[in-house]
Amino acid sequence: MDSEQFDVVVVGAGIAGSVAAYRLAQAGHEVAVLERGSEPGAKNLSGGVLYARVMDRVFPGFVDRAPVERTITRNRLVFLNAGSSVAVDYWDQRLAEPANAVTVLRARLDPWLAQQAEEAGALVMPGVRVDGLVREGEQVVGVRAGDDELRARVVIAADGVNSFVSRGAGIRPDEPPKHLAVGVKSVVRLPRDVLEARFGVSGREGVAYAIVGDATQGLPGGAFLYTNTESVSVGVVLRLDRLVESGLSSSDVHDRLLAHPAIAPLLEGGELLEYGCHLTIEDGPAMARRPMTAPGLMVIGDAAGLTLNTGFTVRGMDLAAGSAVAAATAADRALRADDLSAEAMGAYRAELDASFVGKDLATYARAPEALDDPLMYAGVGDALADVMHGVFDLDLTPRRHLVATARRALKANDLRLRRLTRLGFHAARGL
Amino acid sequence: MEIGTVPERLARNHYDLDEEESHIEVDQEVARRTGAAKILIAVCPAHVYSQAPDGTIAVEAAACLECGTCLAVAPPGSLRWHYPRGGFGVAFREG
Ligand SMILES: Cc1cc2nc3c(=O)[nH]c(=O)nc-3n(C[C@H](O)[C@H](O)[C@H](O)COP(=O)(O)OP(=O)(O)OC[C@H]3O[C@@H](n4cnc5c(N)ncnc54)[C@H](O)[C@@H]3O)c2cc1C
Repeated sequence: MDSEQFDVVVVGAGIAGSVAAYRLAQAGHEVAVLERGSEPGAKNLSGGVLYARVMDRVFPGFVDRAPVERTITRNRLVFLNAGSSVAVDYWDQRLAEPANAVTVLRARLDPWLAQQAEEAGALVMPGVRVDGLVREGEQVVGVRAGDDELRARVVIAADGVNSFVSRGAGIRPDEPPKHLAVGVKSVVRLPRDVLEARFGVSGREGVAYAIVGDATQGLPGGAFLYTNTESVSVGVVLRLDRLVESGLSSSDVHDRLLAHPAIAPLLEGGELLEYGCHLTIEDGPAMARRPMTAPGLMVIGDAAGLTLNTGFTVRGMDLAAGSAVAAATAADRALRADDLSAEAMGAYRAELDASFVGKDLATYARAPEALDDPLMYAGVGDALADVMHGVFDLDLTPRRHLVATARRALKANDLRLRRLTRLGFHAARGL
Repeated sequence: MEIGTVPERLARNHYDLDEEESHIEVDQEVARRTGAAKILIAVCPAHVYSQAPDGTIAVEAAACLECGTCLAVAPPGSLRWHYPRGGFGVAFREG
């Protein structure tokens, strides 16, 4: 049995793990990163819009140095119905400089991040699955992988949404399906000139679609379509409790989105590069209320429940990086003071709460409740399309003022104003 | 655009198969009692689960994309699921 002592062992070379390892190696600590994939990124999948400001703080010049795809300067919010859609299209040059958000493909980004950690002095070991924590009493003193034990003064669990490491040790509970969603995604290759003409983008700029309604056949969650340099990432996110209740097949919902008359033309002539899936978090604020530390242990990124779906934006990668910075700060202090107690680890929580991660989690604490309204996924989109139809369909009947047209559309969709007001109220409060 | 059936799509993905150890195990007795088949078959994006002619659940572990959805929704006791051993399983090339 091997028994080597590191200052820090990080479980998982995703965004959270590699950023934490980079920071701590830079601060002069002996760091090992264990990753179950044959290479960092091999197991990881996201929709792909990374809000990049935090990365720029950790890796100055990130957008120019890292393997990123396009800078998102155009956001399209789409209510999709069976035979119509209504969208808000927001393009803004200010989003280009400094780059606010970039699309990424994790099989390319994650190896680069791990390499930064390695160059800072961390030992990155791919192909190693951590099977559990090693404890002495309450104190976490290392990890177990097969027959090997790796000792560490601090263990950082950055093992993603399923976090078997923290659940296996009883530090975090199993989550109810309502807190989770499955993302099913395809990456479709399109020649660069075709993609740029089709989506009206050029240079490094790109577009991100956030889609609700018929896109998920009425299930809470949503759909997305993001442009990469020479491909498109497109898929659905389906909340698990309602997916099970509906009896719908997750792959069918994905396939129907790609075949939808409003989406299919965007993918026409493309070649499927990869079909994949991954779990994600629907109720980050609830999951983030659970314990994130134990003596000798910090839990970061998705493993700690840190994802925010605000309806307009899905944010997990930036929160993963933000939590890694907070944990690295607290771990550095703990290691220097040689204090690995529960209290010293708890300093991570304080750092997190004081950072943009904790603040945004508090601001959007009620977002999941607001997004729980079934009207969001069926009803509002049809009513919006009926209003637009009333405006544009000049069928020779006398025109009505917009308010009358809207009132009619609501009535036709069996939507009471009071009901809509409630939706608006929840949205205003939650989002 | 033609995306093909789920097995056709997965045939394009890269997997390193673990010939010695399967990471998925169904307790057929509990599964039958709890009606797990219907749930597992519908939720899995990779179509790992299917109904065998004798009514039990057949498992094609080699197709697994390792998301963990099945474990999150499986009736208690019906499924044992963990990640494949280090270095094995799917290796995304896009992500
Ligand atoms: C469909 C979908 C769309 C999304 N869209 C967006 C988006 O547009 N923008 C955004 O910001 N976020 C998005 N997210 C969320 C985002 O992907 C996650 O929040 C982010 O990946 C979390 O990073 P992480 O480092 O915490 O975890 P992960 O990226 O999951 O990394 C965990 C790492 O730990 C490794 N690991 C796990 N267990 C073990 C073990 N036992 N031993 C060794 N290694 C282990 C894994 O292999 C992996 O490398 C999306 C998610 C999905 C599923």
